[in-house]
Amino acid sequence: MLAAASTRAKNGIGFISRLYYGLRRSWKWFAIFLTVTGPGVIVMVADNDAGGITTYAATGAKYGYGLLWFLVILGPVAYVIQEMTVRLGAVTKRGHAEAIFDAFGPFWGWFSLGDLILTDWLTLITEFIGMTAALAIFHVPPLLTVIVVTIIMLLMVLQGRYWTWEKIAFFFCVLNLVYIPGAILVHPSVSDIVRTGVVPNFPGGFTNDMFFFLMANIGTTIAPWMIFFQQSSVVDKSLKERDIPWGRLDTAIGALATVAVAVFIIITTGSVLKGSDVQDAAQASVALMAVHRWIGTFLAIGLFDAGFLGAICISLASSWAFGEVFGWAHSLNNKIREAPWFYGSYLLLVGSAGAVVLIPGAPLVLITLFVQVIATTLLPAAMVFLIILLNDEERMGQYRNSRLQNVLSVFVVAVIVILSTMYAVTALFPGLLK
Amino acid sequence: MSDAGNRPRGPVRAIFGRPFRRIREINSRYAGHHVKMTPVVKAALFLLRVYLLLLVGVLFLKFFLVLSGK
Repeated sequence: MLAAASTRAKNGIGFISRLYYGLRRSWKWFAIFLTVTGPGVIVMVADNDAGGITTYAATGAKYGYGLLWFLVILGPVAYVIQEMTVRLGAVTKRGHAEAIFDAFGPFWGWFSLGDLILTDWLTLITEFIGMTAALAIFHVPPLLTVIVVTIIMLLMVLQGRYWTWEKIAFFFCVLNLVYIPGAILVHPSVSDIVRTGVVPNFPGGFTNDMFFFLMANIGTTIAPWMIFFQQSSVVDKSLKERDIPWGRLDTAIGALATVAVAVFIIITTGSVLKGSDVQDAAQASVALMAVHRWIGTFLAIGLFDAGFLGAICISLASSWAFGEVFGWAHSLNNKIREAPWFYGSYLLLVGSAGAVVLIPGAPLVLITLFVQVIATTLLPAAMVFLIILLNDEERMGQYRNSRLQNVLSVFVVAVIVILSTMYAVTALFPGLLK
Repeated sequence: MSDAGNRPRGPVRAIFGRPFRRIREINSRYAGHHVKMTPVVKAALFLLRVYLLLLVGVLFLKFFLVLSGK
């Protein structure tokens, strides 16, 4: 009997010891993950920028839950592209702009840099349009919004540590989940969501409008600045080859978050505004406020947050690219006197984009349209370069693309190039498909 | 002896001279391709040029149509 009690005690201690070491190991892995995670989550959540929120709100209002399945497919598509930037950045220790210059020479280098800066600047204007529209709902004047946002964006980068910038950006990523309580408040029918949203279908048939909406959703999910941002971010964070699996996990979690946000926005507008014509997310917020004060408020807060996240990432993507090519110090770990050109270019981009929004009668609708077209000229180039660079055995070694990765990425790139080109052409000539 | 080298530069040259010199430096630093030019890479770059030319053509067409009020 004594022996049995002793065995039980030993087993108990053994269990506690295993549990203790198991928890310690799990905590250690979790701590490593928290250290490495960042670029993937931030770029993916920022991908749901002001333009993206408008597209999702309009998609839900037009087709209800009918296109939820399509948004779910876009998550893995974005992952396939962004995962390659993690490997390229961690192995070559170079941003995408510098990698293009080095591999393909000055012609493609200047083309990519010029196109990136123009696209980013125009997109930055659309982010300011989104932020000012969102805060106008709460009676904040656009001038105050632009000034305060510019100051906050400057303070975020001038504090002199990449780590701190990333944690502040994380806070805004978490705030982006504000759409989830909004969607819960509309009490959506889960059975309706499963019945109409999970199985691939085209509500109302494959019409021209449907095609335009599908292309718009692709356009908001995959953007050229994301490739440049994540690769530069991986380099600035000093991620090594051994961190690649964590970078992949970081990107996968980001892809899940971006899909979740898109799905919850569609559920919100699909439940309440189905059948109405939504032109922008601010208009949807006002319409939702009439139904339930908090649902509209959550959408407006989310729109501001989306614009802000987009703005901080896009402006950094440009300044990093400038720094890489011109050979300036270009790390967020640099003080302002160590990297004056890096911070100067950042201020110039943010300040000028904010100022355009304040010009009375500025052609903001034309700018929004132009962004789609200009982004389409850069996207194929950036993605083709990405695949070629990932197949460079000399530089990438064991981290080069496998045959399966090549088949997947070439397929994804081909589909995106075809659809985004059609999107750009139909944006220029709306009557073309009719 | 000519003192052309020491002659003070005009204001336009002073403003634009340095950035252009920097651009020339970048061009010479990254001159040529450093990626292996396999037939697939060559074909991809050629298709990319054709694609961009077509897209620029479409943009010019739109620009022309807007200007002519059509």
